[in-house]
Parts: sequence; structure tokens; C-alpha cells
Amino acid sequence: MFMIFGYPSALLFGQLLLGLINGAFYALLSLGLAIIFGMLNIVNFSHGALFMLGAFVAWGLLEFLGISYWWSLLLAPIVVGAFGVLLEKVFIARLYKLDHLYGLLLTFGLALVIEGLARNQFGSSGMPFAIPRQLQGATDLGFMFMPNYRGWVVAASAGMCLLVWLVIEKTSLGATLRAATENPAIVQSFGINVPRMITLTYAAGVALAAFAGVLAAPIYSVNPNMGASFIITVFAVVVIGGMGSIAGSIVTGFGLGIVEGLTKVFYPQGSSVVIFVVMVIVLLTRPAGLFGKGGH
Amino acid sequence: MSLSRRSLLGTTAAAATAFGAARSGRAQAANTIKIGVLNDQSGPYRDTGGVTSVACTKLAVAEFAAKGFNVEVVAADHQNKPDVGAEIARQWYDRDGVDMIIDVPTSSVALAVAGVAKEKNKLHINVGAATSDLTGKSCAPSLIHWCYDTYMLAKSTGGATVKAGGDSWFFVTADYAFGQQLQKDTTAFVTAAGGKVMGSVAYPFPGTTDFSSFLLQAQASGAKVLGLCNAGGDTVNSIKQAHEFGVKMKLAAMLMFITDVNALGLDVAQGLTLTESFYWDLNDRTRAFTERAKKVTPNNWPNMVHAGCYSGTLHFLKAVADMGIEAAKKGTGTAIAERMKAMPTDDDAFGKGSIRADGRGLFKSYLFQVKTPAESKGKWDYYKVMGETSATEAWRPLADGGCYYLKS
Repeated sequence: MFMIFGYPSALLFGQLLLGLINGAFYALLSLGLAIIFGMLNIVNFSHGALFMLGAFVAWGLLEFLGISYWWSLLLAPIVVGAFGVLLEKVFIARLYKLDHLYGLLLTFGLALVIEGLARNQFGSSGMPFAIPRQLQGATDLGFMFMPNYRGWVVAASAGMCLLVWLVIEKTSLGATLRAATENPAIVQSFGINVPRMITLTYAAGVALAAFAGVLAAPIYSVNPNMGASFIITVFAVVVIGGMGSIAGSIVTGFGLGIVEGLTKVFYPQGSSVVIFVVMVIVLLTRPAGLFGKGGH
Repeated sequence: MSLSRRSLLGTTAAAATAFGAARSGRAQAANTIKIGVLNDQSGPYRDTGGVTSVACTKLAVAEFAAKGFNVEVVAADHQNKPDVGAEIARQWYDRDGVDMIIDVPTSSVALAVAGVAKEKNKLHINVGAATSDLTGKSCAPSLIHWCYDTYMLAKSTGGATVKAGGDSWFFVTADYAFGQQLQKDTTAFVTAAGGKVMGSVAYPFPGTTDFSSFLLQAQASGAKVLGLCNAGGDTVNSIKQAHEFGVKMKLAAMLMFITDVNALGLDVAQGLTLTESFYWDLNDRTRAFTERAKKVTPNNWPNMVHAGCYSGTLHFLKAVADMGIEAAKKGTGTAIAERMKAMPTDDDAFGKGSIRADGRGLFKSYLFQVKTPAESKGKWDYYKVMGETSATEAWRPLADGGCYYLKS
């Protein structure tokens, strides 16, 4: 085995892979945020709480109804997406004419309420959630012991990211969506129901968060705070990638996961800060983010 | 983000406290003893302390049924922040007439609150925090540390693990006062028993959810034992992920509560060794206590911290009754602490015990192994007793703590 910077190569390769796995969550979450921001111009601070709800729905389905993890991957996003429709109709729709700040405050408040209620109901130490039987065990890759479930997480989220990207960039639905983002008035004059489209876009973004939540449930403890610890990093990812950029959020999500993974080897104490250091550097040199168009 | 969210919460909490103070200040009577439960009510340590600690404190008050004086219990959330905790303690002692503050988990907050108690010469019974500095270099004459600390955990779990052949260690440590102290205390026992430490990694607290990087580093070190110097949700996540990555090392969870075992599930937690000074199924008295506690906290059964809040409150009230309410209200925190130290403790949760001159509560400690799913007969039936250490053996010797007021 050879050494890189005084570390065994196997350890570094392992960390790269782990970084990729965490990056998969960042990518999925920031993708949802980017879609919502692109279409609604809302900085959705309740994203972390909805991610947590996704995990709790999966737990509840299993615990009370005996519905397996695989069905939850489909059902939890639908349930949480429906909840998103409710949130959009009742609260968020009132804010489109106002400054960004109002949307931020509202969604932030919603996140506090949702997390607070969950904490009251379920406590803070979390619920056990086992890895599905088919994906238990691990594969020896030579340089590391790779749990099958983590491999599935990377594959599932990369697949989902690709799917969303294809829908937005390559289909007529995506084209309408992009057009409505550019100029809602003209699109509406073509007879397209833009408000409904906005509602469904929000629901889709939220459903992505819930999907990530179900993926995360067997790895992290299912507890009301699980979203809060992710969301800050994910916002940094969105800012680095360029607000509202679909490709940007995906690439940056995976990339920053790797940067963070490597920091955990070289300087573990700094692993929670490194992403923000990158953010500062990017904002100083490219204020619109790596993939953003133009500067604001 | 978490900063602004927490400070928003903090402002609200402070405003609420101020409002409550204005009302209760007027209503405060000379024959009312006021107990403040200060802990994490919304974060990672909510279930290890939190509302269950408040419930157990109130249970002690109800069972004591004080004659001749009233007892009032107030509670607040310190959010695991030393500045917030110290501020609430100050308000409670100065303005709200709180006579005793109990619980205070999170060592960094505990050290700050202990500083306030010392400065104001007010009584503080610490139950929830682990750092052994509370009876060492940060001791105070009005401070009592109830039923566990890093030294006792390190001696029991660390000592037993080395004895069982685990002679080389790697630590994964939460990078703050508690984690560092626990690692330091455990290292001392490991090396004294002839073991060696192959390496360690300190991760940022709070905010770390993925431990797999650190677990792989631990495995790459070639050490036999993985020492987890963290607590609550962090410990749960570390063990869950070690299981997932097939980490072959022996896991030593240096601080783990039954509430954490419940969160992990026996499938993952089985076989772990850990130390607590209380378990509900130890004997008839602990079972009787738990039956009563379950009525006020049905979903979260008491761990040693919750039981400690019960036991500490009960002993405090006994001391107040012994002194007389007038003397207790007029006297300093040190005076009440001295009375508590002079009286032996006895309650259903911990049996007979005592408090040493440096404020160290002396109780038995138990080494437990987590049962397999097959061995467990029902809800919360999680532990097998592997050994016990007597109250005289379990704790750091008085002379080694370096508590300043004992030297003169």
C-alpha cells in the first residue's frame, strides 16, 4: 500500500467514497432548494424540517402499518409533498409579491414549529430504523469495507438527480417550467395555469427532501433535529453552486461532500467549517456562485 | 443558521423568564423553597435529562410532602450554551429567589453555572454533567455533584475493558470540555492497566452527524477498542454507523444511558458494555421507584440522571426540613450543602449513600452489558449486571481531586 501525504492510500480512498455518500444527501437537498428558489423565489428554510418529516413518515409507516422501506421511498415523498401543497396554498402563496426576507422568515418559523411539535411528540433521542434486509451487509472493496446500503444511497440519489435534471432540461414540461420562471405573465397568457404549476413545483422540491429523509433514516438516528444539522451546510452548497442552478447544486453537492470528507482526515476539528471557508472564497471571487448566471 | 435560530429562541426564553420573574417576585413568600431545573429541553440531551428530569424532581417534591413550607419547581432550557445557562442561573438566584439549581447537563454549561453558584454562594446540585472537574479544580463549597462523573465511568468501563483483553485503544471524542475530560480520565486507566492508546480524533460538537470517516480512521489504526467519548445522539449515531460499516473493534461507549440504548434498539446495541449508577431493574426499591416515575413519564423511563434529580431533590428537602425553613432561607448555599453532607442519603433510586467533603455524591456504580433481543423479556429490559463497584472504590480519591477549599 502506498502513502499520500503520510496517510495510507486506502484510508484516503475510503474517505473520498464517504465524502461522495454525504455529498449525495447534499445534492438531493440542495436540488430541491434550487428548484424552489428558481421557480418561487423563496428561500425555503423549512427544507430541513421536511427532510426530517420524510424520515418520520417512513418510520411511522413501518412502525404502525408495517409498510416496508421500499414503499416508503415512494409514499413518504407523496405524503410530505401533499403537506407541501398545503403549506404553499395556506402560507407561502401570500408572500410572492413581498421581499425575499419575508419568505425566509416564514419558512424559518415553519421549520421551528414543525421541529418543535415533533420534539414534543417523539422526544430528542430518536427512533430506531433498521437497514432493509436486502441491503444489509457490506462489500469488501479492497481499500475499504463498503456497506451495501451506502452504495444504494449514492446510486439512488445520483439517479434521482439525473432524472430531475432530465425532466427540467429535456422535456416540454421542463421547458414550460423554465419559461414560467423567466416570465410568468407571458406563460400564463398561453393558457397555462402558472399558480398551480408553482404549487406543484414546491411540492416536488419538498418531495425531494422527503426522499432524502427516507434514504437517511437507516443511517442517521431518526430524530427531530436531524434536518437542522444538515440544512446549514446545504444552504452553503446552494450558495456555492449558484442560487437556483440545477446542475450547480448537484455538482457542488457531491464535490463539497468530498472536500468535507478529506478534511475529516487531515484536520477533523475543521470539518464543520471547511464548507463555509469554501463559500467565502467562492463568494469573493464569483459572487453569483460557481454555476450562477451573472452577478446580483 | 443554527446560531440565529438559537438566539431567536434564546431571546424568547429570556423574555419569558423575565416575565415570569416579575410575577413570581411579588408572590414569593418567606416559607417557599424554590427549585430550578436547568437543562437541555430542546436539543440532543433532551431525553437524557430534559422534561423527564423535571418530572422526577416534581415527583420527589410530591413524595416528600413538606410540612411547614411550600416547594415550587421552575424549569428552563439552557440550549447547551454556557452563556445562556449562566445568565438564567444568575437571574434565578438574584431575582427569582431560586434556592437550588439542579441537573445542568453538558459539562461546558455546568462549569459556567458552577461558577455562578460559587460567586453567589448559592446551592447547585449537578446531576446531568459528567466532568470530574466539578469536584476537582472547579469545585465549590456550595456545589454537589450527584451520581456520575468521567472518572467513575472511565474506571468502571475502561478498567473492565482492559481487563477483558482490550489493551489498545482509539478514541473518537466530542471536541469540548466533557469529551476531552472523559478521554483524559479513560487514558489514565488504560495506561495504568498496561494498555496503550493508538490514536484519537476530536470532532466538532455540536453539528456532526456522520461519523463514518472517524470510524474508518479508528479501524485503520489497528487498535482493538474503540472508545467513544461522546454522549446522547452522537453516541447513538457512532454506534449505528460502526455497526453499519462492520467495524470489528470492541466498542466502549464511555457514557451511555438507557435512553440511548432505547433509541438504538437492541439489534444494534446488544453486547455493549457501559456504566450507570442506576438501573430500574436492580432491586425491589429501584423497581418501586420506577413504577412511580412511570406515572409521570410513561414514554421515557428514568436513567441515572433522572433518578439523580429525584434523589438529589429529596435529600435537599430533607436537609432543609432538618435545618428549619427560616435557617435554610437565610443561610448560604454552603450552609445547606454542609448540612446535606452531614446527613447520609437514602432513597429508593440509589439506596444508602453519602456526600463527601468535596461535594462528590458517593453511590455504587454498576457495569452493565446490553442484552440480546432474545434475552430481553420486554420493554426497557435492556441490561445485564456484569459487576458493581462499591461507593468507596468507584470514585476518584478525595486527595487526588485538588479541590481548593479542602487544602486550607
